Amino acid sequence: MSDSTPHSSDLSAGGPAVGQDEWVARHDERRLARGPILGPLEQRLRRVPWWAWLVLFVALLALVPAVSGSGYVRRVAFDTVLYMLLALGLNVVVGWGGLLDLGYVAFYGFGAYAYAMLDSDKFGIHLPTLVSIPSVVILGAILGLLLGLPSRRLTGDYLAIVTLFFLQLFQTVTTNGDQAFGHNLTGGPNGILRVDPFHAFGHSLAVQHQGVFAVSYYYVAIAIFAVVFVALWLVNRSRTGRAWRSLREDPLAAEAMGMPVSWLKLLSFSFGAAVAALTGTVFAALNASVFPLTFYFVLLIIVYTMVILGGSGSQPGVVLGALIVSPMLELLRDPAKGRILFYVALLGGALVAFRVSRKLGVIAASTVAFGFAMHAIAGAIDSKWVAGEHGPGVSGAIAHWVVVPAHLARWIPPVAYIGLIGMALVLTLVHSRVRIVLLVPTLYLAAFVWENVMLTNPEPARYIILGLMLIVLMILRPNGLLGERRVEIV
Amino acid sequence: MTAPLLSLDGIDTNYGPIRILQGLTLQVSAGELVCLLGGNASGKSTTLKTILGIVKPRNGTVRFDGEDVTNRSTSHRIKKGMAIVPENRRLFAPMTVLENLEMGAYLHNGGKKEDFERVYELFPLLYERRGQLAGTLSGGEQQMVAMGRALMAKPKLLLMDEPSMGLAPILVERSFEIIKQVHESGVAMLIVEQNANVSLSIADRGYVLSTGRLVLEGPAADLREDEDLRKAYLGR
Ligand SMILES: Nc1ncnc2c1ncn2[C@@H]1O[C@H](COP(=O)(O)OP(=O)(O)OP(=O)(O)O)[C@@H](O)[C@H]1O
Ligand SMILES: [Mg+2]
Repeated sequence: MSDSTPHSSDLSAGGPAVGQDEWVARHDERRLARGPILGPLEQRLRRVPWWAWLVLFVALLALVPAVSGSGYVRRVAFDTVLYMLLALGLNVVVGWGGLLDLGYVAFYGFGAYAYAMLDSDKFGIHLPTLVSIPSVVILGAILGLLLGLPSRRLTGDYLAIVTLFFLQLFQTVTTNGDQAFGHNLTGGPNGILRVDPFHAFGHSLAVQHQGVFAVSYYYVAIAIFAVVFVALWLVNRSRTGRAWRSLREDPLAAEAMGMPVSWLKLLSFSFGAAVAALTGTVFAALNASVFPLTFYFVLLIIVYTMVILGGSGSQPGVVLGALIVSPMLELLRDPAKGRILFYVALLGGALVAFRVSRKLGVIAASTVAFGFAMHAIAGAIDSKWVAGEHGPGVSGAIAHWVVVPAHLARWIPPVAYIGLIGMALVLTLVHSRVRIVLLVPTLYLAAFVWENVMLTNPEPARYIILGLMLIVLMILRPNGLLGERRVEIV
Repeated sequence: MTAPLLSLDGIDTNYGPIRILQGLTLQVSAGELVCLLGGNASGKSTTLKTILGIVKPRNGTVRFDGEDVTNRSTSHRIKKGMAIVPENRRLFAPMTVLENLEMGAYLHNGGKKEDFERVYELFPLLYERRGQLAGTLSGGEQQMVAMGRALMAKPKLLLMDEPSMGLAPILVERSFEIIKQVHESGVAMLIVEQNANVSLSIADRGYVLSTGRLVLEGPAADLREDEDLRKAYLGR
């Protein structure tokens, strides 16, 4: 819509000036006005075709094992790619179909279990991978269709509840499936073990190489990711993709155009199920085992966070979401790394919110001063209040800044948590000056909670941090990092 | 006389317990231009929704092109040759003009080249603006997209809900010229309007709806002469 958008007042000589939309006509001008470097650079970057970005991204992913030989790092990278796949699939349902699917991870579990049953000693079936993967994907898609059918119109809350039941049903079936009519079908809580690795043409892809994670699975996952990404990209660009978009935009108008509304929604649901099932096969093959509890609410929340954070509806967005959340959750397991991440994130968040400006300087200076003051006051009142042990890592400066009591009273953690969340919510309501003034104690309280509560109890802390990230996002970018801004008809 | 293209017979339509349309009977013959007048909340849009199958009538039948379509889906009716320009246009704002047109022909594989050309010929402006997001168009341009989108389905019967809404007087005249042009190419039309003056000037026949009942019908020329109607709608 750049140069092909002329002023068209000449269209109807003498008539009213239709089509002079200043804003649109000057779009490029405004973009160039962003400065001599940034403007043209942005324009040039925009001209890079999508597949070039994809190739670049996949190439970077493929370099990870070359950069780090650690089996742990490679394993985290592998899990991240699986998360990307899951996020891409959920994006079809949530972002494109506009459906709230709370049973999504059950399809992932279905894929894993189906692969485990088709390729293990469990039933003595060992289908070649090139047969079992397509079968599982098709079965997943059909299962999605079947589940969607009864809730034919697939309206929001209705579908959410149905899918929630489905997730619970999946748990029940897999957990109790060891006593189904006197047969052991699913292995119950102990799952299915000794699942075959991928194998084709007489070769088998070992999951471990000299005792560490075999990098070949990482490449398989990347290849599948690339294929799924391209396939979904093409689907989104197809007529069906545009129909999804119009459906989301205005369901009534879409219906008035004769679009088969229910069918289109069902289709997105089924697509998502197929992608999740596909991802499940890779998961089962690599881990050589499946257990019911892997596919439960925590995973559901994580994948949803990725989609919402990255920008539901945008493929690069949800991939970015997975790329941020998955390694972050890993880092938070380790207090030392987690601490670095925490303070970097605080700083980064402030940078994004205020840019490099006087405001940022004021906030940073006040927060530092506020901290030392609090520490000094607390220490003066009772030296035990600041005598607590600091964990490993960057504790030098922080030791004199954050108050860490030797003994934390039982009531402090919940009060501090609730206070922090309350203050974060208040921050979303207030503006300008007040926000800045309140931000300082909030940041300090965050640091207090982090040092005293989260570091001593990292497991729940990881998810609370996810929640906080979403709150911050809600303030800064309600449509996610790469989400589309809605265009309103006024 | 051959059977009309569209005929409603004794239609009652309810929203929940509230009856909106009562015993509505109305015909549109092939190639005819009919307008449906009525005050606010008289049930005009509801009539169009009933014809299109977006709401189902409680009683009565809808026949279209020789088939009883009362219980058929909206997409079936559109496949058979209906299309609508909805009230307030209802474009897909974040999609381009081109994509909006394509969605109009959703049931016809997204439209062939000649369908687009036909629409661009009627609205040269849409060709220039084909890459622009529909939400950023002016109201008048949006009206053109809405009409073009409906015409992409190659309808036998075009339903229009207040095409003049929100347009400057001079644009109203122009859009009615275009409506006439489309009509002359052989498309039957049922136009819902508040603007009785302009619509009766191009229509063959007219109906007047008041709280869900037809109170007046006849050739457009007669309606224009009708004293009561003048008082009520023409404001003189
Ligand atoms: N979905 C609905 N649920 C309940 N009542 C409705 C619904 N849609 C319309 N109505 C009611 O039906 C009546 C007729 O509405 P309709 O939209 O057909 O009016 P209209 O003649 O098109 O009016 P206008 O000229 O203002 O567009 C109104 O009283 C309206 O409130
Ligand atoms: Mg109306």
